[in-house]
Amino acid sequence: MSELARNTWIIARREFAAYFASPLATIFLTVFIALTGAFAFYVGGFFERGQADLAPFFQYHPWLFLLLVPAVAMRLWAEERRSGTIELLMTLPISPWEAILGKFLAAWAFIGVALLATLPMWITVNILGRPDNGVILAGYLGSFLMAGAFLAIGSAVSALTKNQVIAFIVSATICFLLVMSGVELVLNVLRVWTPSFVVSAVASMSFLSHYDRLIKGLIDLPSIIFFASLIAFALFANRIVVELKKAD
Amino acid sequence: MAVLVEASDLRKRFGEIVAVDGISLEVQAGEVLGFLGPNGAGKSTTMKMITGFLEPDAGSARIAGLDVFEHPRAAKSKLGYLPEGAPCYGEMTARAFLGFIAEIRGFDRDEAKRRVAAAVEKTELAGVLEQRIETLSKGFKRRVAIAQAILHDPQVLVMDEPTDGLDPNQKHQVRKLITEMATDKAIIVSTHILEEVEAVCSRAVIINRGQIVADGTAEDLMRRLPYHNAISVRVPSSRAEAVSKALSEFAAIARVETIGTANGRVQLRAHARKDAPAPGELATFIRNRLIEVEEVAVERGNLDEVFRQITTSDTGSETGPATGSGTGGRHE
Repeated sequence: MSELARNTWIIARREFAAYFASPLATIFLTVFIALTGAFAFYVGGFFERGQADLAPFFQYHPWLFLLLVPAVAMRLWAEERRSGTIELLMTLPISPWEAILGKFLAAWAFIGVALLATLPMWITVNILGRPDNGVILAGYLGSFLMAGAFLAIGSAVSALTKNQVIAFIVSATICFLLVMSGVELVLNVLRVWTPSFVVSAVASMSFLSHYDRLIKGLIDLPSIIFFASLIAFALFANRIVVELKKAD
Repeated sequence: MAVLVEASDLRKRFGEIVAVDGISLEVQAGEVLGFLGPNGAGKSTTMKMITGFLEPDAGSARIAGLDVFEHPRAAKSKLGYLPEGAPCYGEMTARAFLGFIAEIRGFDRDEAKRRVAAAVEKTELAGVLEQRIETLSKGFKRRVAIAQAILHDPQVLVMDEPTDGLDPNQKHQVRKLITEMATDKAIIVSTHILEEVEAVCSRAVIINRGQIVADGTAEDLMRRLPYHNAISVRVPSSRAEAVSKALSEFAAIARVETIGTANGRVQLRAHARKDAPAPGELATFIRNRLIEVEEVAVERGNLDEVFRQITTSDTGSETGPATGSGTGGRHE
């Protein structure tokens, strides 16, 4: 195992365990399952639609992630800076990338656990009917990928401050803007006073439009690249922010 | 002896504030360097640059010959660092935390176990290993952080206020630990407890406003005090004048001053001439000649006085005026 992989893995394991050391893990998983279920059944009309698929379930993930993912990301660096352990971490014989990737992957794996906890939905829909399981798998992958993008932004923002509440609010706001930029309501307002290329540029930055393509079961390469490059960009920003702010 | 820590002309500013303004120092194996200075003098910032946490604006730092910014991984593997406030991951148990550190320092499972056990023994943590660090008392927390720093038996150990917040027994224990480890390591200890310098440090550096203003052994530093090696004499008030006069008539005494009166006793201080006999001999001589004298002692001064003298003068230079009376109380 390369040194990068080894150290990243050690950091990620520690970080992942840290989630479960506090009530956060239990609360988060409970809320996540309750809300995804509530949205699918009550808002999305899971039964009333009479279709064997998980579209009503996936449809609301961007809105849930908007609040829930920043809650997972907020402690990643803010807590490290507040408690001073960042000084310990950054004087260990590891590279900053190993710390950043390790933390990000741990948080992403935690979201993965939350998504896995919704598997009973998938089982239920298979009992009730004969869904297209390929679409559902693509939906899970799309949801996971989108969560990763939210998370990378949240991680970078978390390095900006020692205060987890501020980290939460700022990253939730950024994520909100990124989701909203695909909503027709917002785009219509923009159409009134901006040229069309601006409108399409804003729309193309939206999480919603890319996510929609993924949960429809399309392995849509541009959308995958969109989320992947957003993750890469945010982690790169994360690296710079850590460097700039670590000594404050 | 090998030079294990080399800082050359380190500089760092935060906005308008110059935190560190050209600090150079070397620490050899076997040396314990006391790093002193008032709060805000730049001690912690200097240590953060030496340990590679903070990049200096100018200058360089080497650990065991390796530049901490050109070869960070190699340099950091030879370094043990106790940051200010002894931060640890509070949600972990002491055992899990030390296990994590051992793993990230590259020890395999068996070796990691052995290392953790050794560090735990040295810092006497056995009783609290299964407790979460955040539930531990301040003394134990600090010992966990110290265990973390010495786990890999580093050549260089940098400790920012290692005994801060410990009770006297724990302080004694930490100092003993530092002294024991000093034989083959280069150790830098920052502190503003000056008795600690005399207790553990082979050398002290005082910094003020980001610059080194004094460098030497505790004895070297105390020699700067104007009354270092003066003879202090205590006599009953009724005899004070006569004794003072008698003292000033001795050939070896340059001048005599009265430094205080208490409980019907007067404290006199006799400054010897340059060519006077050794202070010990002079004290014996005085005791034998002047039977009215109740107590005779050679004043060494204390580091607090030196520290105040050096760090409160406006220029921050070594020639600042002496302050206070001869027997200022110690403070922490």
